[in-house]
Amino acid sequence: MITFAIGLSIFLLIVVLFLLFRIGTLASIFRGSSQRALGTTKTSNKVNSTLLLIFLIGGGAAFFWSFAQSWDEMNQPLASVHGEWTDSLFWTTMVVIGIVFVITQILLFVYSYKYQHQDNKRAYYYPHNNKIEIVWTLIPAVVMALLVFAGWKTWTKITSAAPEEAVVVEVVGKQFNWIVRYPGADGKLGVANYKLIDAVNELGVDFSDPNSHDDFMPMQLHVPKGKPVLLKIRARDVIHSVFMPHFRLKMDAVPGMPTKFWFVPTKTTAEMRSETGNADFNYELACTEICGRGHFAMRFIVVVDEPEDYEEWLAQQKPFVEQNPDILAKFSSPSQEQLVLSKEAEKAEEVKSEL
Amino acid sequence: MSSADISIHKDVHHAHDEHDHHHDQNFIEKYIFSQDHKVIGKQFLFMGIFWAFIGGFLSILFRLQLGWPEATFTFLEPILGGWIENGKLNPEFYLAMVTMHGTIMVFFVLTAGLSGTFFNFLIPLQIGARDMASGFMNMLSFWFFFLASVILFISLFLDSGPAAGGWTVYPPLSALPQAIEGSKSGMTLWLVAMALFIVSQLLGGVNYITTVINLRTKGMSMTKMPLTIWSFFLTAVLGLLSFPVLFSAALLLIFDRSFGTSFYLSDIYIAGEALANTGGSPILFQHLFWFLGHPEVYIVILPSFGMVSEVISTNARKPIFGYRAMIGSLLGIALLSFVVWAHHMFVTGMNPFLGSVFMFLTLIIAVPSAVKVFNWLATLWRGNIRFTAAMMFSIGFVSLFISGGLTGIILGNSSLDIHLHDTYFVIAHFHLVMGAAAFFGMFTGVYHWFPKMFGRMMDEKLGYVHFWLTFVAVYLVFMPMHYLGIAGFPRRYYSWTTFDSFSMFSDMNAFISIAAIIGFGAQFIFLFNFIYSIFKGRRASMNPWHSNTLEWTTPPLPGHGNWPGEIPAVYRWPYDYSKPGAPEDYIPQTVPFSETQSSNLPHEKDLE
Repeated sequence: MITFAIGLSIFLLIVVLFLLFRIGTLASIFRGSSQRALGTTKTSNKVNSTLLLIFLIGGGAAFFWSFAQSWDEMNQPLASVHGEWTDSLFWTTMVVIGIVFVITQILLFVYSYKYQHQDNKRAYYYPHNNKIEIVWTLIPAVVMALLVFAGWKTWTKITSAAPEEAVVVEVVGKQFNWIVRYPGADGKLGVANYKLIDAVNELGVDFSDPNSHDDFMPMQLHVPKGKPVLLKIRARDVIHSVFMPHFRLKMDAVPGMPTKFWFVPTKTTAEMRSETGNADFNYELACTEICGRGHFAMRFIVVVDEPEDYEEWLAQQKPFVEQNPDILAKFSSPSQEQLVLSKEAEKAEEVKSEL
Repeated sequence: MSSADISIHKDVHHAHDEHDHHHDQNFIEKYIFSQDHKVIGKQFLFMGIFWAFIGGFLSILFRLQLGWPEATFTFLEPILGGWIENGKLNPEFYLAMVTMHGTIMVFFVLTAGLSGTFFNFLIPLQIGARDMASGFMNMLSFWFFFLASVILFISLFLDSGPAAGGWTVYPPLSALPQAIEGSKSGMTLWLVAMALFIVSQLLGGVNYITTVINLRTKGMSMTKMPLTIWSFFLTAVLGLLSFPVLFSAALLLIFDRSFGTSFYLSDIYIAGEALANTGGSPILFQHLFWFLGHPEVYIVILPSFGMVSEVISTNARKPIFGYRAMIGSLLGIALLSFVVWAHHMFVTGMNPFLGSVFMFLTLIIAVPSAVKVFNWLATLWRGNIRFTAAMMFSIGFVSLFISGGLTGIILGNSSLDIHLHDTYFVIAHFHLVMGAAAFFGMFTGVYHWFPKMFGRMMDEKLGYVHFWLTFVAVYLVFMPMHYLGIAGFPRRYYSWTTFDSFSMFSDMNAFISIAAIIGFGAQFIFLFNFIYSIFKGRRASMNPWHSNTLEWTTPPLPGHGNWPGEIPAVYRWPYDYSKPGAPEDYIPQTVPFSETQSSNLPHEKDLE
């Protein structure tokens, strides 16, 4: 019954609108406005040009108001060194394009209003002016050159090789969660081969490699404040992307092609909690490359510790092989086939580390 | 003008004379398998409008989910059936809708619908030709597109759903049926549809280029062509050079999917098994895809540049400012569009040095784009502007192009792209600069050339209502998305509530969704106006906008062959509006200088 009532009222509304439209058309024929050249009718020109002006002023005001309102929410708390560079470059660029935005939009709408059709007027025949063209080609070219230079300098610094002493963490994306692996006391990650993956050994670590014996996979990503951290990024099935918004950090995880990104965290989780006044604040790791059903839910907690707390945390972690003693048995007396496999894996690792 | 050119026109004319003697085309030849460029143009237009409503409707569906993530959508069950599970939208179906929205809008509406319509309709009319170089190929072009459309449409109704890996269909997600439901038969149909679509584009492209080069009427030199034709011509060249690359990318993906090759696949463990594929690279696909993908966004926007230039000049009653600079910037953009593709890939793990190079090349493209905007503004300056519906959409176009284009300067900067890549900042940027703007270009074209297409006028007042609702809605939808993007909201997320970092802005998302629904609703005003005017609109005169270009010298409803008599010759450029000394404020291209002695400029005296 209600659906019928809604349907009927929509139908009646459409009929009323249609009748209004017909009446409007007939009235314009009576007024004789349909005799004039199109687009020269006084009222519609007045209305449209005035609306354009109102749009400029009202729209502009609404934009600046909403921008100011959202300012605090759109600026995610910042916690990395390179994030400071990119944030300041971002807002500098925003100011530059903001100026161009305001000037061009004002000119567009003001000209439209000012030069609306008048019967007694004629447009100014002004087909070209090469001098002006050169000027307004050169100015954007120079501005672009400056922006490119600033961007290029920042980009080179961010993507430069990680310092030797950087803390190494492996981050692996899979449908639909993240797995992280730490190299343990020896500072070296054991080699991995995707063919060794099973329900227990989710990363396919080759445990016949002694480097792997102290590797561990914690449930949270811990990093020390103020120290460089190198993320070695891999994917197991489809492309994922490591995104840590508070560190302004993003790098795709690509199956078959390890990637990396290094950064220096500047604020511990505890510091950030007191700064934001949010006792539950957590740094988060999200996926930003469409990867399937659970793409929107690949959440992983990142914790920044004071260096000494980080060391303490490290000391508490138990190597994977200790937690899963059965796993070594599989690798201790490798059959011929597995030997070949692990050799292949080593080769593959060598090639990839150059990428 | 070369003698060879003239003889071609004689041939064409001759053929037409012969044709006049037997007007016995039946309904099918005339309206379905037609070889007349005007009918084919309209076929593309109808198809484009159909797809636009489907694509728009899909976006409303996923905006409902994003605006009200906690709501139950049982009321959608009659339409979506099993995709609503206990009142919740299936997350994979959400991804499928996002994917199809992108594919439909980019390829089927803004490429085929926009280019197909106006290239076919306007090229022969504006350069003074009886028809396209090959009417038959032209017909094939539409029917390949039609076939592609049917296949893509069918894929919407598959049990496993349509393709769901994003419109960029990156493998391995799109290559492995076990990764997502949409990569089963939905993806197969997507690839087949795209392959047919590309064939259609290439058949059309060859035709457009040939026609512009060979079939121009007497006097129509390249520098007397309207900017519409210049932009169409360059767009066709872009398409012809870049679409084959997408074809090869799709072909290799088909091999990987169906024949066990490893072009894009390596080291994959999925669904409990390690796949045998090794040695492939997913990045290879991205390079191939974006080698088309980036020119593609210019394929979408360049035709609008041309049409907007034409409409602004006509309705400001002023010559377009800097005609040659406009051509130069079109050429510059077209050329540069081929060397910027990897700015979509700054954070894919590609060599950072490559990132620097592509950042440099990308930011150069801002220069010709800026020149175009300044020239449009200079054209409006001291004009005598007639606010027709088409003119309103042109002004809207320039505004949207500025707003969306400027943020491209940010995204083209690789170090800023790290944070913004694949966030709503990107969504806001490209929807403004190539989505909404290209739609505004398309509306400009429809409102402006409707009289020549159907011999009747569209209702201007409804056009204004349509414009204002759409214009305001577009800004309300996409401006706030910048805020979400700066905060890092990732795109293609079913909901953001799982993350504390993205827990704000839920009111903003509801607001965006409401604005999107209003904007979509406004399109029905257009649909009504369009259909009603075809049958009941006011009859159009030959040249209702007092325009200079050649198409307005044809009868209100041009028949087969376009001009009843001889094809008119061209004597001047198309932008002699408000020339001092001329009695009217426009001088059509067909008026020789000898007839306009009062208004000729000093250097034109020799041409009398």
